[in-house]
Amino acid sequence: MKVLVPVKRVIDYNIKPRVKADGTGVETAGVKMSMNPFDEIAVEEAVRLKEKGVVTEIVAISIGEPKAQDTLRTAMAMGADRSILVETDAVTEPLAVAKVLKALVEKEKPDLVILGKQAIDDDMNATGQMLAGLLGWPQGTFASKVEITDGKAMVTREIDGGLQTVALTLPAIVTADLRLNEPRYASLPNIMKARKKPMEKITPAEVDVDMTPRLSIVSVAEPAGRKAGIKVDSAAELVAKLRNEAKVI
Amino acid sequence: MSENPREIMEFDVVIIGGGPSGLATAIRLRQLAPDTSVCLIEKGSEIGAHILSGAVIEPRALDELLPHWRDSGAPLNTPVSEEHMLYLTQTRGYRVPMLDRVMPHMRNHGNYIASLGEVCRWLATQAEAMGVEIYPGFAGAEVLTENGRVVGVATGDMGIGRDGKPGDNYAPGMELRAKYTIFAEGCRGSLTKQVMQMYNLRKGVDPQTYGLGIKELWEIPAELHRPGLVQHSFGWPLDDRTYGGAWMYHFGENLVSYGFVVGLDYPNTWLSPFDEMQRVKLHPSFRPYFEGGRRLSYGGRALSEGGLQSIPRLTFPGGMLVGDTAGFLNVPKIKGTHTAMKSGMLAAEAVAEAFLTNRVEPGSYTRRIRESWLWDELRGVRNIRPAFARFGMKGGALYSGIDAMLLRGRAPWTLHTRHADNETLEPASISPKIDYPQPDGKVTFDKLSSVFLSNTNHEEDQPVHLKVRSMSMWKTVNWDVFRSPESRYCPAAVYEVVDEETNPTLQINAQNCVHCKTCDIKDPTQNIDWVTPEGSGGPNYPGGM
Amino acid sequence: MTVLVLLDHEAGAIKQASRSAIAAASKLGDVDVLVVGHNAARAATAAAKLPGVKKVLSAADGISADELAEPVAALLASLADGYTHILAASSANAKNTLPRAAALLDVQPIPDVMEVIDADTFVRPIYAGSALATVKSSDPKKVLTVRASAFDPVATEGGSAPVENVSTPADDTRSQFVGTELSQSERPELESARVVVSGGRGMQNEENFKLLEPLADRLGAAIGASRAAVDAGFVPNDYQVGQTGKIVAPELYIAMGISGAIQHLAGMKDSKVIVAVNKDPEAPIFQIADYGLVGDLFEVLPALEAELDKAG
Repeated sequence: MKVLVPVKRVIDYNIKPRVKADGTGVETAGVKMSMNPFDEIAVEEAVRLKEKGVVTEIVAISIGEPKAQDTLRTAMAMGADRSILVETDAVTEPLAVAKVLKALVEKEKPDLVILGKQAIDDDMNATGQMLAGLLGWPQGTFASKVEITDGKAMVTREIDGGLQTVALTLPAIVTADLRLNEPRYASLPNIMKARKKPMEKITPAEVDVDMTPRLSIVSVAEPAGRKAGIKVDSAAELVAKLRNEAKVI
Repeated sequence: MSENPREIMEFDVVIIGGGPSGLATAIRLRQLAPDTSVCLIEKGSEIGAHILSGAVIEPRALDELLPHWRDSGAPLNTPVSEEHMLYLTQTRGYRVPMLDRVMPHMRNHGNYIASLGEVCRWLATQAEAMGVEIYPGFAGAEVLTENGRVVGVATGDMGIGRDGKPGDNYAPGMELRAKYTIFAEGCRGSLTKQVMQMYNLRKGVDPQTYGLGIKELWEIPAELHRPGLVQHSFGWPLDDRTYGGAWMYHFGENLVSYGFVVGLDYPNTWLSPFDEMQRVKLHPSFRPYFEGGRRLSYGGRALSEGGLQSIPRLTFPGGMLVGDTAGFLNVPKIKGTHTAMKSGMLAAEAVAEAFLTNRVEPGSYTRRIRESWLWDELRGVRNIRPAFARFGMKGGALYSGIDAMLLRGRAPWTLHTRHADNETLEPASISPKIDYPQPDGKVTFDKLSSVFLSNTNHEEDQPVHLKVRSMSMWKTVNWDVFRSPESRYCPAAVYEVVDEETNPTLQINAQNCVHCKTCDIKDPTQNIDWVTPEGSGGPNYPGGM
Repeated sequence: MTVLVLLDHEAGAIKQASRSAIAAASKLGDVDVLVVGHNAARAATAAAKLPGVKKVLSAADGISADELAEPVAALLASLADGYTHILAASSANAKNTLPRAAALLDVQPIPDVMEVIDADTFVRPIYAGSALATVKSSDPKKVLTVRASAFDPVATEGGSAPVENVSTPADDTRSQFVGTELSQSERPELESARVVVSGGRGMQNEENFKLLEPLADRLGAAIGASRAAVDAGFVPNDYQVGQTGKIVAPELYIAMGISGAIQHLAGMKDSKVIVAVNKDPEAPIFQIADYGLVGDLFEVLPALEAELDKAG
């Protein structure tokens, strides 16, 4: 069984993003980029399924600027077998991304697509659901556990206040949440070997997708900082304030 | 982890460190011997992540290495257009007149203000295009030797827990074996330190002496920005026994590189390089530029100041030292990029030759260095920094003026560095306390919010990479005598004393470390050993830094 | 302009977050609401009483009873014709369903809206709240989720809207509900808790750190810690709130003996109300706390417990 794992190149999670002085966006020039952490979890899950013998081939996909090939190399160093880079300078909005992925799904015919539940740059949390909608496939979002048996994926999902389990008839879409697994390191020997794994390059036009974004950025600003509140003199006063003024207890 | 066999990969040359010297070595090697397999590892998460420099760059070495750099997108875009050297008193700044005659080393015409991190990222692209294999995120942790010859390095294990035991995602390190191993770790390299001991490379040379540079990157209002402006200062707030000063460079799009260097031979244990750096921004010669600006990044790094007299033996069986880990910085010029690159290029030439003759030790490197402009340059300025150590800040300045104008660098004598920096600290009881102003949160800041801007991070669950050999030694020496100088000289708030009143204990916040190496240098009894943490840990300096 | 709001409900009552979503929707036009799932009929009755609701659509046909994304998205898409906006509170449920519905409608969704500028323009956080983006949609129809904390909820009573039954399009059942398991732990999870009590190095040691438990019990709070407390070994690393730990945004965050290094603030500054107790009046935490109490936390802790017991 074949798995597709779409991965996104984003500002590294250790970096504090900085809003550009002209308010047009967040500075990405000269900033360290890495694979979206949720996508790393997705890759790890695919690799574990392969190690269990459930999956036979893992294809990593990234849509973005040429540098996204670094992200694909990382995915291949972690265990993906080959990769496809869809090169574009356009803003990668989930709708357009889902359309590109749909085209690749139709071409590659996987049984499963695993991707991160959201990218830590635009925080959209939408691509997996939208791909499932476009394909008419069942979806298991925010997965903390995935088991594949008899053509079904049993997916345990993180929901408000607990967990939900759904059974999806394959082919299906799974989006990875934080607790699904702890991704492995891309080790140096594997990074070296990944240099030789195949990477195909295409453009959105080749799969007939218009990348024009539907959302335009009017402005990007830093959130207003918090201001100091008041000092209280006693536990009694504090509890009274929390009860009557802030109304949080 | 001997039960876990490490994978082995063989190369012709392995280079440790992706700074200007390592990258220049790699590029030159592929130019001279295109079939040579060259592997370069870098402990930072990417090339440039750990690079911190002013930087005013003299393009001499770059002209020789990549003559067409101007046409291939090199990020050297702001030529120096205006420069001042200020002598500061607390309230005023006096310009040193006839700068280019009194301090000819400071002549910056033809030089560029740049982000050295960006330059390195660009050099790395050039190197990769020439076939160099570059692996950032992997730290050289162990020198491999066989029959007295260095045969490569091993990268550190990943996924070792704080308790020293392998965790779930444990990945053993890898042996990178090479005919020649080139250490390009920058100032006070941790593997270089081992190699120096193994081969006794420092025998017969002066102790190395160091400075600590602490830097901030600012974005300032366009109307205050004077692209190409270079401003240095000395004098206030340091006393006459302490070497150092501030820099401010205007470059790029409204960017300002500001920083402060303190010679680590300073005697006053109460001195805090970080706070000195902060308070100089309040001086009328600097403050107006920062009002209304925004601080973008922060970091610190030690640099070698010993000069010619402190350069160790450069080669040993199976390898050599290049760049600032050997100590090629030109102190009066406050520049080391061009010398680092030049040393790397000469090392590459020596290696290319050694391949032909199959020599164990690429010995022609030393001769090539001595015959190059690099040596002439360092020779000409060899007495200046030691003069400051010997005659104090004012005497040193006077000496350097005489040296430049009358002796023209050709004095028949050589002044020596007599003490290593860890020997110069004086006890807390006799050191005058220094009263530093509180940060205002606009122009000056506290240490932790500064460290935040270095984007430093270390995987939490790993052994502490700052090894204090003896905690009882810390108590009896560092605390009882010097009142924890590390809590002040560390620019990243790694060292903290808790329970000061009742039971003073050293708390090590290793995660904050920005890999400046100052603790490895300045600790009075050399009780602190800086070893490489898990690869890709440490600061993530952004473009512009 | 009419807006359709998908409501979350529990035991027949409309969740507060969904009442905030109605408040947000009211800024855009008339509001119809949709309830699905088991108890949809009871929830419809509750929804009809919400002020500002014009019509309640109730899908009690069983197909969408488990509120799975596949049938609910299909239902939303089938109802979309008469609406300019489809909206819900940013719950796990809505985040599962709305993007799928948006795909069916060929619309780019806009999640986590914090401010409605006009019918096309919205403010939403990006980079985990490190920046706020104002975005303008060119889609003819908008699909959005809103952050409940940014909009004051409408009251539970005061309206009387008619209820209309709608039916979910037939589902192919390739996605089947198996079960749910709600958290049993007494202590809520750090990242989703309504109240968080965190301790810092001021707690002094592992034993003393446990003194936070009675307070947390009384408030139904999760327990967190600063990195200093974790580094000092008082609690394991998964307690850590901050830049290198968990990012939390509870309604109430109580920082006990935490100085407030910026690395810690990065993990909790989006909390609605911040309380700080520290013996050092200069501690940076007071610069961002809504309520600060300078004092010895080992005296403050029992006093707080006593106060909570008193009037509670």
